[in-house]
Amino acid sequence: MPINSNIPEGQLEDKWTKYKSTIPLVNPANKRSLEILVVGSGLAGAAAATSLAELGYKVKCFCFQDSPRRAHSIAAQGGINAAKNYQNDGDSVYRLFYDTIKGGDYRAREANVYRLAEISPNIIDQCVAQGVPFAREYGGMLSNRSFGGTQVQRTFYAAGQTGQQLLLGAYSALERQVGMGSVEMLSRHEMLEVVVIEGKARGIIARNLITGELERHFGHAVLLCSGGYGNVFYLSTNAMGSNATAIWKAHKKGAYFGNPCFTQIHPTCIPVSGDHQSKLTLMSESLRNDGRIWVPAKAGDTRNPIDIPEIERDYYLERRYPAFGNLVPRDVASRAAKERCDAGFGVGNSKMAVYLDFKFNMMRYGKVEATKQGLTNAQDSEILALGKEVVKEKYGNLFDMYQQITGENPYESPMRIYPAVHYTMGGLWVDYNLMTNVPGMYALGEANFSDHGANRLGASALMQGLADGYFVIPYTIGAYLSKEIATKAISTDHEAFVDAENAVKERLTKLLSINGNKTVDHFHKRLGKVMWDKCGMARNAEGLKEAIIEIQAIRADFWSHVRVPGASDELNPELEKAGRVADFIELGELMCMDALARNESCGGHFREESQTEEGEAKRDDENYSYVAAWEYNNMNWQMQKEDLKFDNIKIAQRSYK
Amino acid sequence: MSGNMNLTLKIWRQKNTKTKGTLVDYKVKDISPDMSFLEMFDVLNEDLITKGDDPIAFDHDCREGICGMCSMHINGRPHGPKDAITTCQLHMRSFSDGDTIVVEPWRANAFPIIKDLTVDRGAFDRIIGAGGFISVNTGNAQDGNTLPIAKHDADAAFAAAACIGCGACVAACKNASAMLFVSAKVNQLAHLPQGQPERMKRVKAMVAQMDKEGFGACTNTGACSAECPKEISLVNIAAMNRDYLKANLISLED
Amino acid sequence: MAALTFILKSSIGNKIIMGLTGLFLIVFLMVHCFVNSMIFMNDGGVLFNEAAEFMGNNVLIRTMEIGLFAGLFIHIFQGLNLMIKNRKARTIGYSVQNGNVSSKWYSRSMGLLGTLLLVFLIIHLRHFWYVSRLTNEITGHSSTMFDEMKEVFANLWVVIVYVLGMISLSYHLMHGFQSSFQTMGWNHNKYTPAIKMIGFWFSVIVPLIFASMPIALHLGLIK
Repeated sequence: MPINSNIPEGQLEDKWTKYKSTIPLVNPANKRSLEILVVGSGLAGAAAATSLAELGYKVKCFCFQDSPRRAHSIAAQGGINAAKNYQNDGDSVYRLFYDTIKGGDYRAREANVYRLAEISPNIIDQCVAQGVPFAREYGGMLSNRSFGGTQVQRTFYAAGQTGQQLLLGAYSALERQVGMGSVEMLSRHEMLEVVVIEGKARGIIARNLITGELERHFGHAVLLCSGGYGNVFYLSTNAMGSNATAIWKAHKKGAYFGNPCFTQIHPTCIPVSGDHQSKLTLMSESLRNDGRIWVPAKAGDTRNPIDIPEIERDYYLERRYPAFGNLVPRDVASRAAKERCDAGFGVGNSKMAVYLDFKFNMMRYGKVEATKQGLTNAQDSEILALGKEVVKEKYGNLFDMYQQITGENPYESPMRIYPAVHYTMGGLWVDYNLMTNVPGMYALGEANFSDHGANRLGASALMQGLADGYFVIPYTIGAYLSKEIATKAISTDHEAFVDAENAVKERLTKLLSINGNKTVDHFHKRLGKVMWDKCGMARNAEGLKEAIIEIQAIRADFWSHVRVPGASDELNPELEKAGRVADFIELGELMCMDALARNESCGGHFREESQTEEGEAKRDDENYSYVAAWEYNNMNWQMQKEDLKFDNIKIAQRSYK
Repeated sequence: MSGNMNLTLKIWRQKNTKTKGTLVDYKVKDISPDMSFLEMFDVLNEDLITKGDDPIAFDHDCREGICGMCSMHINGRPHGPKDAITTCQLHMRSFSDGDTIVVEPWRANAFPIIKDLTVDRGAFDRIIGAGGFISVNTGNAQDGNTLPIAKHDADAAFAAAACIGCGACVAACKNASAMLFVSAKVNQLAHLPQGQPERMKRVKAMVAQMDKEGFGACTNTGACSAECPKEISLVNIAAMNRDYLKANLISLED
Repeated sequence: MAALTFILKSSIGNKIIMGLTGLFLIVFLMVHCFVNSMIFMNDGGVLFNEAAEFMGNNVLIRTMEIGLFAGLFIHIFQGLNLMIKNRKARTIGYSVQNGNVSSKWYSRSMGLLGTLLLVFLIIHLRHFWYVSRLTNEITGHSSTMFDEMKEVFANLWVVIVYVLGMISLSYHLMHGFQSSFQTMGWNHNKYTPAIKMIGFWFSVIVPLIFASMPIALHLGLIK
């Protein structure tokens, strides 16, 4: 099936405005009889469910957690970008658009990204109106900070808990609709199948995780807002429950998967401490505003970091990228850390870590404070103490978190950090309307592939999730639903529902009946290791080919030796996990195939075969300026290409030097 | 490895809401002090599965102290022996070799047990749904800087909004009262100009829902705030009481 | 009126009633303590008897006494009611609870302390209020309040009961004083530390003065 991105005609600046005014509308009376299923309750899901319910549609929202407020958007720390230009530093919609396209290494769609930048100021307004307590200046105005990959201050934040505050805003709005009866919220429900009737998405099969009952739900449209699939790697900054099951089922029912190999490895995470590790914790990118990254200049230097003199330290980001320094984009910072550690300069027990040091800026802040307080002859130790207070005010919760996890005090000695899987730019392929190639099936937020190209800039995920949910889907869904007003609700006794439910039932029974000798986590860890080693920060053809074979072997082993205890008619977390891991294994294979097919380096995807002499990523625009949209066919895949055109931006080798 | 621990665990096992539960003893060996408490549970569960036993069901998700899903009552305290953290942030270095650790679910009639250590906190969602919001539809908003908000107000609103809805306050309170949770939301919005139009209506509706859910009344013991992983202040409860009185006795709104 | 019944039924309303009546009883304690302290004039009870006479015969005071009893009954009734309701909020308790880390034992034992106080109160009313307000009115002024006190506190057991009663009162106030302010919503970063300090010293000093009366009379320090 050929793919059509349905990008409206016209000038880039006018596309959305004009299109918005011409999308067919659904009249309020008809909205009441149109049902929409929203899977996931994070920023995209909660925002979409709320906004659609406000318009009058009948909405059901599903989440696997015990409450929609738990969705992993809540863990986003640093902030949310918006082209408000409150700082008068030259920001504009075009600049946010430009930074995002460049940050994504020219692998995102111009029209989508421009729309995102255009909408971004409205998101801030909406959140402020909901009571989101963004940081403020003394004059009462909104405060901004800087983030990686940009040279303006456009990031709005609420301490180190911006995601939490935005999600709770969306969650409150959602609960308001639930309270009014316009959204039916189904917590502790997991979507396990999509129901497609005559080529259109018409419903889902969901499992009530408490009773184990399988439920059939009809919808005129199905919105998948289920987040990313970073947990393919086992260890990631994702929540334990974050999974690909919803989008993977959709993919297997015909939805194309876009750029599956585009994974973001975040440079500043707390390093792995042992085999028991179940997840990795991020230290916000905002820390790079005030922390300087370094390793000892001499390989294998085991001295205590505070004993290593300035001259024997290598501030490698500042050395390699003088223009952006410690604020280079995530992919660049991650690779640079890996390069140093691989070369033997890593620190800590595992030697797989670099230092993130705040002392320099603590002294700088301390001096400012000392001046404010009129302390003219302050000792260095006094200045440092004052500086620590300033840093505490800015990042206290992150420093506490670091201390909890490592048992070390980051105010006294530098943090040790290492890159970890954080976000997946890939996801279901969607058109300009956020609809997949299966009519009636949409993907929003991290679940789609759309706006971040090959690398996402910091503070852009929150922006995209809320943009999709609050300001895109309420308009674009009209293009489809206006043609569906004549469709009566389809009975869930329809054979498509029965078949879908039976397929789910069969699979659950199969998982429970293998009764092998290895736990689900065993397979998940094995998969994660293959993915991290061979489809992680650096990839090559040979490794990827091996990985595909290894993953296929893991899959075969899983389906013959996994042990899932308990029954299907009760709360059974192991059964839930087994289903998710089974999907991760399949998706892992596709990720490796995609990485293998893309023989260029771009953003987070670094093919060792394609690098400059200085070891920087080398794009191949001639051959790879496209979105890879993979079509599923019984564990085989065909790639469709959506060519990317850049009419409004001069495509260039990305440089942060 | 040196420093690793052997521990005895006494864990609440309960098949479902209807059956009765009991504490069951388990032994775990060679636990690293760098493990988180939940990773120690992972080790135990792996072991139980391998042995063919039923693993322990417990709620957890983000494992970085922000989603509010983890909820264990450890050695007599919600989220365990350390202040200002959640169960998932508790690390085994807080325990010593040979310790016996008792793990129970949150206990409150408003939080029925679903299985083992998993409880139903849907009551919190319903309280938010009753009034814990600002009624502003998407697209209604004016520019974010139109209404200046003094920094101390924004900070106070944020401090209240830091609540993660884990329910430790209810678990800690001898009356299983939800006042700290409810007051945190009431007070967050009461600090902001955007929250004013519905201020009186909100506090009445949320308190009414809280009472309906069967939580106890507040007797100001302060246990909620002391055990709160986000250290939400008791000042919020006083402020809510004030608003509640005002809403009922002074305000002309219905 | 609907708003009023509504507030009375709600959990916060219940608490506000506890707080208000509690504060009212605190005011009464101050008056009671002030009047009784007159025995320390050591003038053979002359001044104290005059005051007691006044308190016993002044129409206004007698009328207020009705209010006092009403307040007391409401405080007791509401307290018991809350205790029962609160117990219902957790019918299956913890097998291990480490409550002392996060709160004070007396904050968690207001029901128990209140019950002890109620028992004490019944004894105390029987000793003095019943005699002065009911029997004396019938028999005429056969003896003074001061004589009555000396007689009652001649018994060591009575003194012990009174001292125990005052210890209960002290702990009850230690929580109740500041708690009533919190319930009424009077929690303010600038003033709450002062309220807590005043509450603490009030809870120590007032019961101490009260307890010293039976002791002093029993030991014959006051004649």
